[in-house]
Amino acid sequence: MTAYLLKRLIIAALTLVLASMVVFAVMEILPGDPARLMLGMNASAEQVEVLRDQMGLNAPLVLRYLRWAGGLLSLDFGRSYTYSVPVIDLVRERVVVSLPLALIALALSTIIAIPVGVFSASRQGRAGDTLTMGAAQLGVAVPNFWFALMLIYLFAVWLHLVPAGGFPGWGAGIWIALKSLILPAIALALPQAAILGRVARSALIEVLNEDYIRTARAKGLPYRAVLWRHALRNAMIPVLTILGLQFAFLLAGTIIIENVFYLPGLGRLIFQAITQRDLIVVESIVMLLVAAVILINLVVDFSYAIVDPRLRGRQ
Amino acid sequence: MKLWKTILAAAVLSLAAATSAFAARTDLTLGIVLEPPHLDPTAGAAAAIGEVTYANVFEGLTRIDDNGQVQPGLAESWTVSDDGKVYTFKLHSGVKFHDGSAFSADDVKFSLDRARAKDSLNPQKQLFAHITDVTAADPATVKVALDGPQGSFLYDMGQVAAVIVAKGSADGNKDKPIGTGPFKLDHWAKGSEIKLVKNPDYWGTPAALDKATFRIVPDAAAAVPALLSGDIQAFANMPAQDALGQLQSDPRFSVVIGSTEGETILSINNKKPPFDKLAVRQALASAIDRSAIIDAASNGLGKPIGSHFSPGDAGYVDLTGVYPHDIAKAKEYLKEAGLENGFSATIKLPPVPYARDGGQVIQSQLREIGVNLQIIPVEWAEWLSQVFTNKDYDLTIVSHVEPNDIDIYSRPGYYFQYDNPKFNDVIKELGTTVDKDKRLELLGEAQKILAHDVPAVYLFELPKIGVWDAKLQGMWTNWPIEADDLTKVKWTD
Repeated sequence: MTAYLLKRLIIAALTLVLASMVVFAVMEILPGDPARLMLGMNASAEQVEVLRDQMGLNAPLVLRYLRWAGGLLSLDFGRSYTYSVPVIDLVRERVVVSLPLALIALALSTIIAIPVGVFSASRQGRAGDTLTMGAAQLGVAVPNFWFALMLIYLFAVWLHLVPAGGFPGWGAGIWIALKSLILPAIALALPQAAILGRVARSALIEVLNEDYIRTARAKGLPYRAVLWRHALRNAMIPVLTILGLQFAFLLAGTIIIENVFYLPGLGRLIFQAITQRDLIVVESIVMLLVAAVILINLVVDFSYAIVDPRLRGRQ
Repeated sequence: MKLWKTILAAAVLSLAAATSAFAARTDLTLGIVLEPPHLDPTAGAAAAIGEVTYANVFEGLTRIDDNGQVQPGLAESWTVSDDGKVYTFKLHSGVKFHDGSAFSADDVKFSLDRARAKDSLNPQKQLFAHITDVTAADPATVKVALDGPQGSFLYDMGQVAAVIVAKGSADGNKDKPIGTGPFKLDHWAKGSEIKLVKNPDYWGTPAALDKATFRIVPDAAAAVPALLSGDIQAFANMPAQDALGQLQSDPRFSVVIGSTEGETILSINNKKPPFDKLAVRQALASAIDRSAIIDAASNGLGKPIGSHFSPGDAGYVDLTGVYPHDIAKAKEYLKEAGLENGFSATIKLPPVPYARDGGQVIQSQLREIGVNLQIIPVEWAEWLSQVFTNKDYDLTIVSHVEPNDIDIYSRPGYYFQYDNPKFNDVIKELGTTVDKDKRLELLGEAQKILAHDVPAVYLFELPKIGVWDAKLQGMWTNWPIEADDLTKVKWTD
């Protein structure tokens, strides 16, 4: 077990180092000068040079990489060029929006997907299965920004139940803040649920065809018990894999939904930082996300072991 | 007895509720598309900085009003020496910065000296280039000496980048702006909103609004439901796109189309063959049908222009007829240039709807005379480095939003790569001319040279599409400078 853990940690560290090099190189190759972007079209070339010096952009490439990577090691993520505040403060402001949103969306999608998958799998080929899988197909196909706009028009413009967008901050009260996350969470959860539901269904169908299911039925267990206790648990591994991927995506890949609901999330921060060539912000946040994804994968790995006792011994 | 008390309490309560319901609203939430990177107009060029802070948080010696006219600001009056070289500003008394420190002539001297210093990072440093000395004669008097008479000096001192800041707080203005204006920053939730509150110690007429929130709405599709739901009550310039008709027919909203200083042009790399030939540029100008571009790129709202000058400004000359849309004539020009079979070129388009939409129309219009354009979409960062700094382009579309910027065609090294000694002379003379009529005459001359010489093809003046609650008054119709001056904005019943 210790050897396994050590191996995983070494791989994680190597992944981080490699990712830092790739991210840094990509941002270097990208054309565009953050200093010129800040000063605009009327500033002289000399002024741009002065600002580049101040930002430390004129230092040699390797030195800049080492400075940045060294900072990361001591958990110093640098200062944003454009906002001139520490990157970690920017991230903190955004994570309190993105993380709850991702968790709510993930919970919603799981609550919808698992019963749908079980329902479909147990009625494989019958009308109920065809209908729910058709609906899932639709859920995958509908562009989520369109679905989001429909939600806004129905619940915000027409019924006035929730705001059309924006985030008042947790300081405004938990319920008020949650209200502004409900629609985006639904808009994010629906396509995820559709995918997850299909994965759950096919995994379950595969398991239901296994010999031990027949054995369980043969020894007299009711179908319901076999389905929920024996089959579902064994079908969880692909479902957990997809859940892990979806959580990583929901953390920062939700820029479209963040734009439609003008939520101050991580995705928009990265997008904005890229357009403004706020290199340090992009680099540091991408590294944090890489670390988050590695962590999520570790958690998923360990959860395999929880659902499947056989995996516990093997490590 | 108990019942009596209850009834009385209920009456008092309902009365209180009723009066508060009848009092006019004093809060406003405005939508803006781009978030300012920071809030210091003396340290960044982003237009959104000025939108939020100009006249609201920061003030200059003079100020520019809705019609582009110069009004007194922190200076209540001024005199100019006979040779036009020394301006003496008399400052308002009792002015305080938001941190409580007193405003005086020293702050003016500090601000102007800082902006023109060698290591200044002021995005409009050229505004201060002619200042040779700033003296605080007494706490309420500032003398500014220039190297020669300057025709637009008072206007320049009212521009966004010329606002007055305090020595003690200047370095922190990016995050905590400390100005002298009628509003001060309450908080800035980055990525979400910037909230201003009324400054109770304001020296001038207090603002009618108690709270003004600028909320960032980056997506055009989200802007309409935000207005319809009442979450946002005003867009000074709305990314309305196709929804404009819907909003115009809705009595709850005022839709006010105003002008800006944004000359939207097809910029040409004047040194790059074949565009170095006048006939080629004339061919482009003749092949282009402005009205089709205006329909596609600005909802049909932009005003056609024939030179680099805003139709709303004094001295405007209508030159849209110099090269009328005429395909046959355009082909003749090409023949004259020895290119009767046409040629191929690229057009780099920045990520704004007017450029991306307008570029496609121009591509199809130029195809009619055998000019094949390859469209290259670029981001702003790429545009600034490739097109603007490295001059690596053939054609591009961009809106030049700085006010009174016809002089850019005489700037050495500017990305047009245009160099016309005759034009440069006119601009030079304009710079030192103070007499109003003579200035207008010179401005007319400069416009005509550009219209005929086609260093760029002039398309249209970018419109300002103001959309706000019909009960709201005092929003700016026009954008002589990009500012959402809220000092006179109020709710009516």
